[in-house]
Amino acid sequence: MSKCAKHCPEIAPNDAQNAIDPGRRRLLAGAGALTTLMLAPGVSLMMSGAVEARPAGVAASAKIRWGILIDVSKCPDGCDLCVTACKDENGWQETGRAETNVQWIRKVTLKDKNTGAIKTLPFMCQHCAEPPCVDVCPTGASFKRADGIVLVDKHTCIGCRYCMMACPYAARSFVHEQVTNQKPHAPRGKGTVESCTMCVHRVDKGQIPACVEACTKAGNRTMIFGDLNDPNSEIAKAAGQHLTTRIRADLGLDPGILYSGL
Amino acid sequence: MLKPTVFDQITDKAPGYYVVVGLLAVAIAIGLVSAYTMETSGHHITGMSNRIVWGMPHVFAVFLIVAASGALNAASISSVFGRTFYKPLARISGVTSIALLIGGLSVLVLDLGRPDRLIVAMTTYNFKSIFAWNIFLYTGFMVIVVVYLWMMMERRMARFTKAAGMTAFLWRLALTTGTGSIFGFLVARQAYDAAIMAPLFIAMSLSLGMAVFTLVLFSIFWWSGKPIGSTISQRLGRLLGILIAAVLYFVIAQHLTNLYATEHHGIERFILIDGGVYTHLFWWGQILIGSLIPMYLLFKMAKCPCMVMGAAGLVIVGGFAQIYVIIIGGQAYPLLMFPGMEVTSSFFDGGIAAYAPSLPEVLLGLGGGAIALLGIALAVKTLPVLPHSLANADIDPDYTPPPEPEPEPEKEEAAGEDDEAPEAAASS
Repeated sequence: MSKCAKHCPEIAPNDAQNAIDPGRRRLLAGAGALTTLMLAPGVSLMMSGAVEARPAGVAASAKIRWGILIDVSKCPDGCDLCVTACKDENGWQETGRAETNVQWIRKVTLKDKNTGAIKTLPFMCQHCAEPPCVDVCPTGASFKRADGIVLVDKHTCIGCRYCMMACPYAARSFVHEQVTNQKPHAPRGKGTVESCTMCVHRVDKGQIPACVEACTKAGNRTMIFGDLNDPNSEIAKAAGQHLTTRIRADLGLDPGILYSGL
Repeated sequence: MLKPTVFDQITDKAPGYYVVVGLLAVAIAIGLVSAYTMETSGHHITGMSNRIVWGMPHVFAVFLIVAASGALNAASISSVFGRTFYKPLARISGVTSIALLIGGLSVLVLDLGRPDRLIVAMTTYNFKSIFAWNIFLYTGFMVIVVVYLWMMMERRMARFTKAAGMTAFLWRLALTTGTGSIFGFLVARQAYDAAIMAPLFIAMSLSLGMAVFTLVLFSIFWWSGKPIGSTISQRLGRLLGILIAAVLYFVIAQHLTNLYATEHHGIERFILIDGGVYTHLFWWGQILIGSLIPMYLLFKMAKCPCMVMGAAGLVIVGGFAQIYVIIIGGQAYPLLMFPGMEVTSSFFDGGIAAYAPSLPEVLLGLGGGAIALLGIALAVKTLPVLPHSLANADIDPDYTPPPEPEPEPEKEEAAGEDDEAPEAAASS
């Protein structure tokens, strides 16, 4: 019995009051279905681990460690939904010059030299707990939020590219030419460096990254986003069930992107 | 007993001084236009990419910065190690050092994606970054060498020369350690991530700086008709030869260490055997042209200033090859993200990165070199930094004039002695 019910006998539980007639049950069921449809974009949120919005003016919390678990065994060959979703969400596009293209996320194909087995996987900034890009940045433009998301401050990046030299994952791109189609939530600029933001603008609103959402919507369920520090989150539970791989784990950088089935 | 060194400026005997200054100014202007074009069009017009993020501008910048440190050799040997023989060279040594550093830093800054944000780099620091340390090391070095020059050129301050020289000497060691550590601290890349990068860069600075300094000094003397003797040629030449050997030692140590560890066999094979242009640059450029041939010239024919100048030129060519292999070759070799796997992607993962230097990059780099040379040209015209003479009689305390020719009747014996004289001098 709730505290309120204890002090207010008139709303105390009562079998007769709690009984729901069939018509009311149907109405509630319909409302529930409608609500589910309206929240369709967020349904994957429930599937991929609960995410709470961060209120404006409140700093990111070190109690949270955002991460993504990627099950390589579920990643279809030839699928690049995550890449397309990232492009659409953040406004980066191919320029026709392959070597200088900006790429926040890419599909990497691996072939085992001994067995010939082939697998593809999505690859992006690994959001390290000890990011070398942050260490080497002379101005501090590369920084890590308390919740583990590694970002570039576009106002203080001088375009020296030392972070690109230092990143073991080639996860960063230098903007080699004028940018168009900018999104207000993902400011970009020629002459600066950029990389995956883990869709920080969405995460702060309680949404999941665009790549994860696209993957989940398509039914692949290759990617799970969530708080690695929360033992009850889906990502933490899934990561606890299988051995996961951190790319270049030998460097001790503790990436926030985990791979299973690799 | 030697007379005190007389310092003066370059004289009007230097033909076409203003033509040379004008040509350097044009080269600088072209470099600035290149930098402006790179900034306005974006770096896609260069050969650099998201795989080769540092290109020719960085090769030039690192060369000039490293050489700046080494150009101070003569001054350091004079002030710190008390070798008076080098004292006449100390001022021009300091001037060359500052000029090279300004040239190198100019290239580095002008290649930034946002050079307009230089003020951000000068006011916002991440002290865990070796780049941020280097900003202090470079600017600090310039200030220290300016003060050092002041102590050397102002009679009332002469008593502080040794202290200033020692400070500059220690600072330049820190500077080149910092520059080498830019690469040494890169844990991600197979070609770097090695503590030996710091001492290797110190050795490179000694050798390259000495080569540039010697070439600049001899060129100015030749250009302005000042006397220069075989003693200075021999001393600087032999010193340069030893410094080349020091670089070779660190290069051998670096590669032998890597060859011992299986995980580094890939990068070693790439640089030493099948890396295409990088392998050619290593063996032909760095080792043969930049090390072995100049060492032969310097240890066998250093009495001739022309030979020393030629050898110094080859060392500079070899130095560019070495820095190209370190910077570009080190990036061209793929990152080892998935050991044991063949990796492919739209980002060219797993493959050797392609790079072709573009004209704007090269012109920007040459512009930096022109800035350094213009700085030297202006200094030698306006400041008393050049010794009046580098003739043997003016700089060598042990110099004895050659004996007068014997009278005619003993012609055959005198000729015999002349034949032996060079060998005796060389062996001494």
